[in-house]
Amino acid sequence: MHELSLTQNLIEIAEEHARRENATVITSVTMEIGALSGVMPEAVEFAFEACTKNTLAEGASLEIRHIPALGRCQKCGQECEMESLLDGCSACGSYALDILKGQEMALIELEID
Amino acid sequence: MCTDCGCAPPQPEHDHKHDHASRKIRVEENLLAKNQRLAMANRASFAAHQLFVLNLVSSPGSGKTSILERTLTDLKGKISFTVLEGDQQTDNDAERIAATGAPVKQVNTGAGCHLDAHMVGHGVEGLDLAAADILMIENVGNLVCPASFDLGEDHKVAVLSVTEGEDKPLKYPQMFQAADLMLINKIDLLPYLRFDIEGCKAFARQVNPQIKIIELSCHSGDGMTEWYDWLKAGVAGKRRLVSSL
Repeated sequence: MHELSLTQNLIEIAEEHARRENATVITSVTMEIGALSGVMPEAVEFAFEACTKNTLAEGASLEIRHIPALGRCQKCGQECEMESLLDGCSACGSYALDILKGQEMALIELEID
Repeated sequence: MCTDCGCAPPQPEHDHKHDHASRKIRVEENLLAKNQRLAMANRASFAAHQLFVLNLVSSPGSGKTSILERTLTDLKGKISFTVLEGDQQTDNDAERIAATGAPVKQVNTGAGCHLDAHMVGHGVEGLDLAAADILMIENVGNLVCPASFDLGEDHKVAVLSVTEGEDKPLKYPQMFQAADLMLINKIDLLPYLRFDIEGCKAFARQVNPQIKIIELSCHSGDGMTEWYDWLKAGVAGKRRLVSSL
């Protein structure tokens, strides 16, 4: 359940940015979670409500954008969509893929007041 | 107030209202940015001491502490170790390590399911890093969460024992992808088990084609020499790196 500490980080970063803007409340939080980030969006949603209590983000809405994963084969150079770390190259079957996209877990945007 | 990481008690909320319209701001900050920054600070401090640093990860009961006990005992006088023990509760493991004569500190994470760079940065305070060749960080027994948190180590070492399923690398791919070395422990028990060791290695390489694999038993001693050679090469690499600067 590392989603709990990641969600605490999320709120810490959000509050830091909101304070810098002299905001008194955060009304919405937008984040990205990649398919290979090892983070369960449902667990973040669950933790978000609990972790925002008594913070500037209490009552804020949470939007999670899912980022699909993309890999490039080290052998044949093919770029292919990945659904998990177990996937091989769609062209040659090699498992030696460099992950180009899909490991994100980031706070993207805030709506503040 | 910690000067390195800025950990401090929360500031009181200011109580005056501002008259701003609702607006959007772009942030684009990785949730692990702070951990990453602290991990880099740890890494810089470890490098200053030419310290080879390993983060041992596995499920509970794979034999991390037993491997450490045997390693510290067998290499006594050849390599000097210092150890950070991570567990949710108790200092039982630190006591086992202390019995080998190696300096050790216990970090209790409480409810936490993993060590992070902040805990490690404070955890090594009071350990004489300059006197050690290797810092062993034994993470909380958990094959999921510790994968995401860089502690400032040189390598994650994943331990998998043959009393577990050979498909663990497929079930917990994040961890085996993050590790540079996999130790397959308890191989003395193979005659009594239906554990497909070649299958296990193939699964690990499916997730991480570059992973190095050593089969060993810290009970019988089989395979330990290969592990020790890998440790010695790591220590020598650190010294070479520094002497070439």
